[in-house]
Amino acid sequence: MKALYDFSYLTNAIHQWLSSFLSPNGVMITEMILVGLAFMLFFAVLGLVLVYAERKVSAFFQQRLGPMRVGKWGTAQTIADVIKLLMKEPIINKEADRFLFNLAPYIIMMAAFMAMAALPFARGLQALDFDIGILYVAAVSSLGVIGILLAGWSSNNKYSLIGAMRAGAQIISYELSVALSLLTIVVLTGSLQLSVIVESQADGWWLFKGHIPAMIAFLIFLIASTAETNRGPFDLAEAESELTAGFHTEYSGLKFAFFFLAEFANMFIVSAIGATVFLGGWMPLHIGNWEGFNAIMDYIPPIFWFFGKVSFMIFLMMWFRWTFPRLRIDQLLTLEWKYLLPINLVNILVMAFIGLVGWHF
Amino acid sequence: MDEVIAQALESQEYFINMGPQHPSTHGVLRLVLSLDGEIIRKVEPHIGYIHRSIEKMCEHDSYQQIVHLTDRMDYLSCHINNEAVCLAVEMGLQVEVPERVKVIRTIIGELTRLSSHQLWWGVMGMDLGAITTFLYGFRDREMITDIFEETCGARLTMNYNVPGGLMFDIHPNFQKRTKEFVTHFRKKLPEYDDLLSNNVIFRERTIGIGKLSKEDAISYGVTGPTGRASGFSCDVRKHHPYSAYDKVQFNEILRTEGDCFARYQCRIAEMWESLSIIEQLIDNIPEGPFKAPTKAVIKLPKGEWYQKVETARGEFGVYIISEGQKSPYRLKFRSPGFSNLSALDHMARGAKIADLVAIMSTIDLVIPDIDR
Amino acid sequence: MESEALKEFVLLRVPEAEISQGAQYVQAVVPSEKAHTLLSELKSNPQTSFDYLFCLTGVDWPQHMEVVYHLKSTSLNHMVVIKAKINTRENPETDTVCDIWRTAEFHEREVFDLFGITFRNHPDLRRLLLTDDWVGYPLRKDYVDNVNMIAY
Repeated sequence: MKALYDFSYLTNAIHQWLSSFLSPNGVMITEMILVGLAFMLFFAVLGLVLVYAERKVSAFFQQRLGPMRVGKWGTAQTIADVIKLLMKEPIINKEADRFLFNLAPYIIMMAAFMAMAALPFARGLQALDFDIGILYVAAVSSLGVIGILLAGWSSNNKYSLIGAMRAGAQIISYELSVALSLLTIVVLTGSLQLSVIVESQADGWWLFKGHIPAMIAFLIFLIASTAETNRGPFDLAEAESELTAGFHTEYSGLKFAFFFLAEFANMFIVSAIGATVFLGGWMPLHIGNWEGFNAIMDYIPPIFWFFGKVSFMIFLMMWFRWTFPRLRIDQLLTLEWKYLLPINLVNILVMAFIGLVGWHF
Repeated sequence: MDEVIAQALESQEYFINMGPQHPSTHGVLRLVLSLDGEIIRKVEPHIGYIHRSIEKMCEHDSYQQIVHLTDRMDYLSCHINNEAVCLAVEMGLQVEVPERVKVIRTIIGELTRLSSHQLWWGVMGMDLGAITTFLYGFRDREMITDIFEETCGARLTMNYNVPGGLMFDIHPNFQKRTKEFVTHFRKKLPEYDDLLSNNVIFRERTIGIGKLSKEDAISYGVTGPTGRASGFSCDVRKHHPYSAYDKVQFNEILRTEGDCFARYQCRIAEMWESLSIIEQLIDNIPEGPFKAPTKAVIKLPKGEWYQKVETARGEFGVYIISEGQKSPYRLKFRSPGFSNLSALDHMARGAKIADLVAIMSTIDLVIPDIDR
Repeated sequence: MESEALKEFVLLRVPEAEISQGAQYVQAVVPSEKAHTLLSELKSNPQTSFDYLFCLTGVDWPQHMEVVYHLKSTSLNHMVVIKAKINTRENPETDTVCDIWRTAEFHEREVFDLFGITFRNHPDLRRLLLTDDWVGYPLRKDYVDNVNMIAY
């Protein structure tokens, strides 16, 4: 039961058990494999859950029921979809650059995997706790754009190429806003390490502690991260009504599933970062001196807090997608370079001032 | 050195085939786009993928049969197309149809227009990336198709008109259900504004895009809401009233901007007008026969007739040349979409790919209507 | 303009025109050679100002071919039907009216496609509805298609 509140009990127990019959090197390798397997499993489950969630959420926004036939309330629908995608013929068009064409989905998946490694899921449940955690996540998560560009280029399809070029311009631009809005909070925490950022919010979330600049940063983060994951209203790279399916027009079967999965994984990652930096990660909600209330909040295990906050962020992103029309490419870049970026820069200055004077809580 | 750079930076126009299978061409329209990056230099429509030579078929069919072929052209304005042929034949036969028929035709014509505009609204949102609107549009359209189904058994291609009147009388529930629909839709139409019209992104995407001046609209023969958004007063219901349109009060919606948003607003405003037309007529359906007596084999005298009506997309014309036989000698359908499409190149030049999609959906193309 | 005045207007320009009062509109059959001059006069003259060509089509008669122009003036609200008569069915030719009404470009391509009437000076006269390698002109009365039979 204790392990549910602090996962280091569990991880230490495993470590000691492995050490009892393996050499230190053997322990390290075994643990790496275990972590890898755990992440793969988590990835698969994440895909299943998020696809189902997206379909249900969109259905309710559109006044319909969504999948209802496979399993109770259609819960097994995604499993059926996965089986369908696995059994589909992988079609590669004749003129495609086969090597790059096959490589692209793996690059995108890899980027998502690498970013996932640094996320603090709960107390003591974090694969890698860098001292430059945020920088690492921001850097790695934008590696995915290489996969998108490769996919667009190697497909030898003009629609794919246009989609890829749009994605390139878009992700590189919005990467700035994501990083800068995160930096706004880093000004207060004084550390890039994700676990330290979470710990610093034990007495309140940065969204509330950081006054108005933190809220502005949160809004910018929401917009920019939606854009960075290529989701509506910023889904210009796919833009089904303009470019049929954008960069993944020529992909089918399992490789298409990889793109699809990577989109949901990226959505999870940015939501997790947002939840960690702005909403206190796995820290429970505490309100000032309400001892009773705080005690009840503490009773809920951190992992539920984390996934609860992430789900909230994901729901927000789904809400955007199913409400707004899509922007045009020039409007998208105007929004970033003319509005978000200058606001962001000023916001950091204001935040630095607040941090220096000590006006934050 | 400068030359080398200039050479390296020199961009080249390239071509893209948009369609015949493409999500936003709404059918089998093929556009060959000349692009410079994302900017459109030229749009060349290639049509005819669903050409069935209906005009040739009409030369061998009886007039009653011709009515049924018109459903398959602009399937979203099927009733109004039917009506056009029937009116032309009635004009040729000099048959005076009963008042009851005129009123019912007008009500169902307006319901058809509403259902077409609802579908257009949904698709318009979808083309711009807001998929939810599609389902909202269909939700309200469903009530109309239910009324149609109860009236004549079909939901889309209705075939309710015959030369001389209607195929059969309205269902006893017709008035009740239509009134229910009108009260329902009066409440729901503001939702359309909330979801799309007042959305910042939507306005950014449509205002000032795909401009068409009044002179160009007239010269290209662009009619319907598309033409009226440019200030071209072309509502056939006002200028050449047919059926019961001379008995009802309604406004011709005119705007002057001529951009995508004006076309959008025109259609939304037309929905309000249609609702008011239906409200004026639904309680005043005169009693009487639902069909004027006509012969089983209709033979029009020698001569020619042109009947124009206002479909949801614009001015639909039927031009019949008869040599006194049971089939027309020549029959021409002037379809609104055909002329509207011809202005697409003019509107889209210099716009971006995303704008082209917005322009196409505000022209409201129905491909079988263009190809015939 | 009243129909009598319209008739006179046309007769003044094309004396050999056959003018009749149809069921709805004034109809004038003019030789195809003079059609373009008459039509551009009808458009540009402020008395007539037929700025809206709402229907353009071809008709295949046993001995000749016709291109029918339905015109309307949006400002003066009157209508007229002009029929350009081409006295041959072999390689019929007439002048384009694309330069007068832009909508004619598509309509003339359609007429070319289905009737085989060539429009001189048309900017882009190609088949529109049918494929480029189609043989024959389907809306002609003597068109025979053994594959897609529609006559009975």
